[in-house]
Amino acid sequence: MFKVKVLIKRRKTILDPQGKAVEIGAKNLGLNNIKNTRIDKYIEFNVDTKDKKLAEEEVNDYCKKLLANPIMEDYEFTLSEWAPSEEEVK
Amino acid sequence: MGSFGGRSKVRKPKFGVVVFPGSNCDHDTYYVLKKLLDLDVIFLWHKQTNLEDCDIIILPGGFSYGDYLRTGSIARFSPIMNEVIGFAEKGGYVLGICNGFQILLEAGLLPGVMIRNESLNFVCKDIYLKIENKETVFTKDINGKLALKVPIAHGEGNYFADESTLKELEANNQIVFRYSDKDGSITTSANPNGSVRNIAGIINKSGNVLGMMPHPERSSDSVLGKTDGSLIFNSLVNNIFN
Repeated sequence: MFKVKVLIKRRKTILDPQGKAVEIGAKNLGLNNIKNTRIDKYIEFNVDTKDKKLAEEEVNDYCKKLLANPIMEDYEFTLSEWAPSEEEVK
Repeated sequence: MGSFGGRSKVRKPKFGVVVFPGSNCDHDTYYVLKKLLDLDVIFLWHKQTNLEDCDIIILPGGFSYGDYLRTGSIARFSPIMNEVIGFAEKGGYVLGICNGFQILLEAGLLPGVMIRNESLNFVCKDIYLKIENKETVFTKDINGKLALKVPIAHGEGNYFADESTLKELEANNQIVFRYSDKDGSITTSANPNGSVRNIAGIINKSGNVLGMMPHPERSSDSVLGKTDGSLIFNSLVNNIFN
């Protein structure tokens, strides 16, 4: 089993109105040095196989076809071997 | 408002309105086509894998799959979408309204993406649409209008495409509707959501797949005080078999 952490970022050329709005909040808090706030997506999941190559293929497929929109977003991920703790198995 | 059928010898086209979990304009669309325009129309559940011989498929407005991840991104993988894509590729007529437009973009049947409205607000109001391409089946019969009055209701209707895609859209006359003022002038103040070049609706190169953010089904019944939306449905019906 693998644990995967995916980060999906909107390209810099694409406006991020949420980031802009949140940054107005920073200004209102008096945090005047905050710049270029971007709100992106972080997604975690498991891949239930022992085959690392297959796991990576499935993750790439998942990212390209569904999780990210390649027209406006780029993704990166980390994949690490993972076993559920006893608590999680229960 | 003109009704179709009965008087004409031409066969009535059959409409299919796809129902995704979270669609909420499906019944409005059905009502307009069936009760106001006297057309053949059926609902198509998103898990279906055939289109039941429909001539026109409508992907209605709503919040399919809760708009999770990105608008339209999960609906795009509903079983029926394989059929819709195949149908469109063979020249079948598809109209995506609001969330339906977002699904068409995610499915790759139309170019570009939708992002959050520039204002960050959900915008629900009447807007005006200038018809930029009068040669499509959806707009051919609309005459004598500087602009159509049709409502919008969306949080993510800010159309975006890169410069080369926009050039291609312009070159092929694929921009069908732009947000305008009521005289048809394209101005920044008439743009309700920040869409690049005021784009409100685009068509594919072969002219059979149209996506639009405004809701023609909400401006078809005279009881609601506006009927410009019905002009689009009527144009489609009158020209589809020509």
